Amino acid sequence: MIHKYSMNGFNIVLDVNSGAVHIVDDIVFDVLDFFDEKSVDEIAALLKDKYSEKEIIDAFNEILELREKELIFTDDIYEEVIPKIEKRAPVVKALCLHIAHDCNLKCKYCFAEEGEYHGKRSLMSLETGKKAIDFLIKASGTRKNLEVDFFGGEPLLNFDVVKGIVEYARSVEKENNKNFRFTITTNGILLDDEIQDYINKNMHNVVLSIDGRKETNDNMRVRAGGQGSYDAIVPKFIKLAESRNQTDYYVRGTFTRNNLDFSKDVIHLADLGFKQISVEPVVADDKESYSLKKEDLPILFEEYEKLALQILKRRKEGKDFNFFHFMIDLTGGPCVTKRLVGCGSGTEYLAVTPEGDLYPCHQFVGMEDFKLGDIEKGVVNLKKREEFENLNVYSKPDCGKCWAKFYCSGGCAANSFNNNGDLVTPYEIGCELQRKRIECAIMLKAAEE
Amino acid sequence: MKHIKTLNTKLLKNTVLNGGCGECQTSTVANQSCENK
Repeated sequence: MIHKYSMNGFNIVLDVNSGAVHIVDDIVFDVLDFFDEKSVDEIAALLKDKYSEKEIIDAFNEILELREKELIFTDDIYEEVIPKIEKRAPVVKALCLHIAHDCNLKCKYCFAEEGEYHGKRSLMSLETGKKAIDFLIKASGTRKNLEVDFFGGEPLLNFDVVKGIVEYARSVEKENNKNFRFTITTNGILLDDEIQDYINKNMHNVVLSIDGRKETNDNMRVRAGGQGSYDAIVPKFIKLAESRNQTDYYVRGTFTRNNLDFSKDVIHLADLGFKQISVEPVVADDKESYSLKKEDLPILFEEYEKLALQILKRRKEGKDFNFFHFMIDLTGGPCVTKRLVGCGSGTEYLAVTPEGDLYPCHQFVGMEDFKLGDIEKGVVNLKKREEFENLNVYSKPDCGKCWAKFYCSGGCAANSFNNNGDLVTPYEIGCELQRKRIECAIMLKAAEE
Repeated sequence: MKHIKTLNTKLLKNTVLNGGCGECQTSTVANQSCENK
């Protein structure tokens, strides 16, 4: 299977099964339409109005040469890897700790429903946090690198417990031959110099929530009284990003139907000086007025392309920035195993509620059917875990024919469930946007050459 | 080659046997890199 497209003057051909990416001229681009089904003479006859016979034969032979090198029209040989993955002993290597099911903002699109996740306000105790670390060490088997994300709600509402958990994990990691990496996500309202200093010393990555332009942000990210949060957080975020030398953080926004022109929000964040930016599509019930609709896709595609061109322009001007969803590593990307199974939700990655209950990921928290167990007993709902263990590119019927399957790994289980009521039917709008982002990301790589 | 330029030669099939160590950061994986280099 190949995928070919033109963008910004580049003809790009992706060989899906090998992962090879080629930039080709117009002749090869056109010959590829017929290469698999016609002889070189037939192709020459079909394209004789555009190219000479010699040009077509040359192009045809170069494609043949690529095929002999197994760089185009290669076979999908990866399904045989699945039994090997399924035989692996189940391990947990990352936890999303819901430090606070409470929040000091009332963002209108929050899947956590003002931080409460369909439940009541609550804060994780230090005792529960320590037990979560013990559970992770025990459940991680021989894995050395373990990750803990402090999430909410708003984690800074329970920051003493965050510090206590980090201190405890550091005190036990060496004796257990583990290496903890901590991350934290915050809305910034409570951020101050002391907290910034602590985050810089202890957090491998920090995610700072802001949606972009003041009017965009303050339309959705509001306090209890309805006031926007932009003016309070921007100076703090700028200071924190600078204090981390513009690395190991993301300003992270959400775009909705209210700001389909989201490329302007990304550029606004770049103009504020941020170098690590992620602005992502909202995950929302289709009934919400701000949820993305199919008819919005052409506008969103155009916005992603606009953004890619802006990034190229700014590169030349020395005002470059990273856009998370355009990052793609063509020479050292993830291995096949990782690409087949994706984020590891429900298996390697679990969410822990303030009470210590385990869920497949933060987006399933509060859905009782998805409760997997707790940090004392471990994973006891083995039937539900098995559903997640069986999720991969090949277990999702719609993914087999998709050219992007080895980049998106079959998409997000929570998005599938929230939109289609099962774990294996991908969220179509998410798929469309993902494919567009990959096309833009590869084009940016082509432009580097 | 006159008509084709290939951007990458590290191919997926080469990671079937030597991949899967599981030590890389939990993520889509599209935007990630292998950490086992």
